[in-house]
Amino acid sequence: MKSKKKKHSLTIKQRNSLTGYLFFSPWIIGFLVFTLYPVIYSIRLSLNELNITTNGILMKFKGLYYYNEAINVDTSFKTYLIDEVCFTLCATPIIIVFSLIIALLLNKKYPLLSFFRGVFFLPVIIMSGPVISELLSKYIIDLSTFNPLIHQFLMGLPGFVRNPIIFALHNLVFFLWFSGVPILIFLAGLQKVSSEIYEAASIDGATAWEKFWKITVPFVKPMAMVNAIYTVMELANSSNNKVNLKIDSHLLEVGRPYSFSAAMSWIHFGVTLILLLLVYLVFEGFGRREKA
Amino acid sequence: MKVSKKIASDKVEFTQHTVRKILLGSKEKKGIVNLIVYFAILGGIGFLFLYPVLYMIINSFKSPEDLVDPAINWIPTSLYFGNYVKAYATLDFMNTFKNSLLMSIIPAIIQTIATAVIGYGLARFEFPLKKLWFTLIVATFIIPAQVTLIPRYMMFSKYGMINTPWPNLLPAAVGQGLKSAIFILIFFQFFNSYPKSLDEAAELDGAGKFRVFSTIAVPMAKPAIVVSLLFSFVWYWNETSQSSLFFGSVIKTLPMKLGNFAAAYEQVYNPNDADVYSAINESISLTGTFLSILPLLILYFILQKQFVESVERSGITGE
Repeated sequence: MKSKKKKHSLTIKQRNSLTGYLFFSPWIIGFLVFTLYPVIYSIRLSLNELNITTNGILMKFKGLYYYNEAINVDTSFKTYLIDEVCFTLCATPIIIVFSLIIALLLNKKYPLLSFFRGVFFLPVIIMSGPVISELLSKYIIDLSTFNPLIHQFLMGLPGFVRNPIIFALHNLVFFLWFSGVPILIFLAGLQKVSSEIYEAASIDGATAWEKFWKITVPFVKPMAMVNAIYTVMELANSSNNKVNLKIDSHLLEVGRPYSFSAAMSWIHFGVTLILLLLVYLVFEGFGRREKA
Repeated sequence: MKVSKKIASDKVEFTQHTVRKILLGSKEKKGIVNLIVYFAILGGIGFLFLYPVLYMIINSFKSPEDLVDPAINWIPTSLYFGNYVKAYATLDFMNTFKNSLLMSIIPAIIQTIATAVIGYGLARFEFPLKKLWFTLIVATFIIPAQVTLIPRYMMFSKYGMINTPWPNLLPAAVGQGLKSAIFILIFFQFFNSYPKSLDEAAELDGAGKFRVFSTIAVPMAKPAIVVSLLFSFVWYWNETSQSSLFFGSVIKTLPMKLGNFAAAYEQVYNPNDADVYSAINESISLTGTFLSILPLLILYFILQKQFVESVERSGITGE
């Protein structure tokens, strides 16, 4: 019966999938021209020595020479890259937790709510490289030296406690400005949790603390993963990122045009992929423990 | 004796109860303590968010005398508009603003149309290799711009498109623009969530697939369209690293001009001028920064509701 029906509708099905492809075809063309071809070409660039002559571009195969150059010979690239990894590892959890707290606060019905929402989404609008670098260079948004008393107090703490706190305070405004989109995503998600679940829990005698850990956290977990991936990408692609500035600065370098930059951007991409994999593993591990 | 004592203790209990109710709140109403804590936290963090903007606005009104005066911190002695005149001239504001506007509105519209069509195709039709396409769409989001930047530049320069708007428009038209993958997924989510029977009903009435898309699907997708337009606009407005390479030497946008504000200032106002006050100072460059984000701020204050609500309605989070 079923197979008969299938046979009968085969032409409609085929037509359907053809129309589907028609709608989708712009993306396939775009992908081939603007992503796949550039990616392959960029790999080629990173493996070859370029010679731009009047007759066109001559390529000479060099293997992993430029990769070696970037990691072992260049003095600053490796340092910048390690700095970036450390920064991303520290900043991402802080941004996620912080934006979850803000989203939880904004999800409650209090007066002046729309004003606060307006304020907290401001970074989404103003996040652009030149504006941020202008602000960072023009005045010191460094809260660790904001108040001398706090500073003195921090200096009295042992190093392993003090350094993380100083790091967090030092970059606080920076973190805040990266948390615009994560707040938005958390908030949109939180509004989908029906209040009935919370009511049922409070009837059963759950405290606010228990409700948070047993209802809110599991619900918010997939969004936290999306946010973590988004934040890692955003930090890696930010135009203030020293690695990106370094890559851009070597773009048209005499003697090794394109190739050296291409090799560095592939190393950078590889490192970002490892970070993303780490995010995925953390959230997967977290989920499995919860199920057990 | 005993009775009166009991009444008194009842009274005490009663007042205690009401005080408690006012301070801590009940189920129906939030208490004062709750409100204070709430406002203290949100207000405190909110101030940190607003601080850079406030700082910019206040400093933009400081005259050079106020700026060097250590006694003046937050409130300038008089409203001084000289910074605005200078920053306006340095940015060549009207021209640059027009460039910025065109170079973000047009790609935003094109990107929205393209991603809507692509998302609709993915959500509404069954076709082979769908899983592969999804993986590749996510991959386009993860691949950094730096990797594809050089080959794209070489490609555009081969076809003589450098220093024209095309490098921004063409990728947007085929779903490879700025963060296109996000918008494709938003449209996919949206078109996937409303009932298919609506389409089928229209098809029974004789509407073709494209007619169904343009007359039924598009009007329904308004929240997703608003999200896509707003965010594309903002992201294209703020993007500098790619566009400055592709057409930066001919078409200058506001963030690009801001990037080399100091150099541009010296070109407009001769640095050989002996007058100290005409040299660039913090106030002038902060005014430039403020002017360059002012259009976005105005847009944001008008459309603030749409920004937040449309994200909620478009199902950006998915499940």
